[in-house]
Amino acid sequence: MTTALSNIAWISPFVSIAKGEDVSGNIQTIIKTIGLPLAGLLVFLMIWQAAASNINTSLGQFPGPGDVVTQTKGLLTEHFTEREKADAFYERQEKRNAARVKQDPTYVPKIRDYTGKPTYIDQIGTSLVTVLSGFILASLIAIPFGIVIGLSANLYSAFNPVIQIFKPVSPLAWLPIVTMVVSALYVSDDPMVPKSFVTSMITVMLCCLWPTVINTAVGVASIPKDLVNVSQVLRLSYMEHVRKIVLPSSIPMVFTGLRLSLGIAWMVLIAAEMLAQNPGLGKFVWDEFQNGSSDSLGRIMVAVITIGLIGFLLDRVMLMIQRKVSWDKSAATR
Amino acid sequence: MRGIKTLRRTFVKSALVLAAGMATMSAPLVSAEEWAEKEELKFGFIKLTDMAPLAVAYEKGYFEEEGLYVTLEAQANWKVLLDRVIDGQLDGAHMLAGQPLGATIGFGTQAHIITAFSMDLNGNGITVSNDIWSQMKEHIPHEDGKPVHPIKADALKPVVEKYKADGKPFNMGMVFPVSTHNYELRYWLAAGGIHPGYYAPHKGDTSGQIDADALLSVTPPPQMPATMEAGTIYGYCVGEPWNQQAVFKGIGVPVITDYEIWKNNPEKVFGVSKQWADKYPITHKKVVKAMIRAAAWLDADNNANRPEAVKILSKSQYVGADYDVIANSMTGTFEYEKGDKREVPDFNVFFRYNATYPYYSDAIWYLTQMRRWGQISEEKSDDWFMETAKKVYRPDIYASAAKELIKEGKLDAKDFPDFATETGFKPAQKGFIDNIVYDGSKPNEYLKKFEIGLKGAEKI
Repeated sequence: MTTALSNIAWISPFVSIAKGEDVSGNIQTIIKTIGLPLAGLLVFLMIWQAAASNINTSLGQFPGPGDVVTQTKGLLTEHFTEREKADAFYERQEKRNAARVKQDPTYVPKIRDYTGKPTYIDQIGTSLVTVLSGFILASLIAIPFGIVIGLSANLYSAFNPVIQIFKPVSPLAWLPIVTMVVSALYVSDDPMVPKSFVTSMITVMLCCLWPTVINTAVGVASIPKDLVNVSQVLRLSYMEHVRKIVLPSSIPMVFTGLRLSLGIAWMVLIAAEMLAQNPGLGKFVWDEFQNGSSDSLGRIMVAVITIGLIGFLLDRVMLMIQRKVSWDKSAATR
Repeated sequence: MRGIKTLRRTFVKSALVLAAGMATMSAPLVSAEEWAEKEELKFGFIKLTDMAPLAVAYEKGYFEEEGLYVTLEAQANWKVLLDRVIDGQLDGAHMLAGQPLGATIGFGTQAHIITAFSMDLNGNGITVSNDIWSQMKEHIPHEDGKPVHPIKADALKPVVEKYKADGKPFNMGMVFPVSTHNYELRYWLAAGGIHPGYYAPHKGDTSGQIDADALLSVTPPPQMPATMEAGTIYGYCVGEPWNQQAVFKGIGVPVITDYEIWKNNPEKVFGVSKQWADKYPITHKKVVKAMIRAAAWLDADNNANRPEAVKILSKSQYVGADYDVIANSMTGTFEYEKGDKREVPDFNVFFRYNATYPYYSDAIWYLTQMRRWGQISEEKSDDWFMETAKKVYRPDIYASAAKELIKEGKLDAKDFPDFATETGFKPAQKGFIDNIVYDGSKPNEYLKKFEIGLKGAEKI
């Protein structure tokens, strides 16, 4: 337990103090790891508060930290009332179904999903599912593709221009095309997932493909010559070469790419949701902007902070996985 | 978690027993009940207070009582909304009265859209920016220090002429080419001698700015105040709460409500595609039933339910503007200049004066305005106007829904027109700002009364 705790950077000095080791040194570490970030945050909050009270928009004053807290509470309350309404909805539905079966025994009762509005928490969930689906799809394409072109200098030169051209394309440019193509190709009477989800997912995929492809290719291409020689001496087959030599040695670079990709995926998703009116945090922001109520700016600010926090958490999770699977622990510290 | 599940299960069980009991009790009464062919429906709307019948039918459970499970979804703009009804992503929607007509005759997107339910009367206003207002004000007669309403466009004319002389375009916003707002703004401008411009679809010109003194262009309703604040347009015609929003934000002044341009004018309708209506006739009837009840609730006891309705509308998933902004117009008042709040009890009418009944004469008025401004580029016979109105407006469906409500005892026969004798034509209507009388049975004769506008065989 203590070893697990002491692995987390900001907890380890506390653990050491508890053990009675090097008290003054550890206090310094604590100030550095906790005190400084806290001070930074405080200064930021103060500047924010001061700036907010000086900006007057036609929707009222710019929201300060206090308004954001109020709005967060409001959004949470809304979430719970909506859940209660959903429960009542299902109850009424059961009753109605039962009454109908009574009259019409051939009727097969069906429970329909709640028809009310998605709450803020639901929107966060939708956004997370969408971004992860898009990201996983992109990784499934990008890693194998990166390995293949990384292994062959010729293939790399052949595909490089395509990659370089598509890499800087903004999601906003892809979106109309993706929307039209998805509408044309994804036709079914009872679709498993909504069209809007597929559109967002593919847009995210197209935009976050490239960092992984490039980093994987570079990682694969820069495997130490010695390792390649070993593989040749052992006469490993292509697949075995990839599995035993290429993958393990290029993993730090692959993960650097994946982290960049996930960051881009998250940013792209919010833009795509805003523009295409696809459910999620982006749509939440847009809807609030359209509403133009005196709470709107505060709510948008809540979303901004949520988006930031989630982006940060996603990055940390990737970093953790990277540390777990990577042999070169020094390559992934930031 | 398990606790909640067991709780829910016991609840459902007792509910089942209860329901079974109720069903046996009421069985003979409803034995002939029909079931909707399609129970899960998705309706679109635009964030405007006159979507209220939809929100109320949902929140008050009227849809559910008809066995319909409805999802309401805000749409980005009128074009997206119409396209989604046409391609079936939406089962129906809150539409501009001109939209089903425009779509059916093929101005804009061609598709056969019908309506069996008129959602409300009045509810729009024309707002100008503070700057234009201060220029207009000197031309408006005052009484007790307050401007005399209704304000005619005559007061705006010198301002527009000044812009024209300076070579600057005078831009105004409306929400859609076939919107009520477009026709009302045009009517008001033309009544004051300002030419709002012609359309010429046969030449591919759908901008509506030929010969125009004031250039009108499309902006989605919720973006109107922001667009005017940015200086792109000097004024606009839009539904609530976007006129009152301008007052609250202090960026503009509403000059006239549409009630003053044409007393009790038909505004929004509930539109569905003809194909959808043919496929799901029972569902359609049930939807209309639920919405008639919602409209009746909105106007019941002299607007007694309006504050509750405003509370519903101010939720973020519906209109989402502040309670006070929506309440201003929904509870029968209208604020012109800041502080100049006046009674307009009929600003939003949802049910009284047979507001929900789809009158042919209403449809024909819109068609006459389409002809007047060139959206219909050729002369049409009076019969054509009649046939088109009958193709789109469906009082027969409305009547069957209303009759069921009367039979079920939910509403009274005196709440409705007498279906046995109703022709669908309102008697000749006065109450227009320019005092021209409208008789729906003589559209061509009506067109001849306008000084500005196409008539007879005229063509752009």
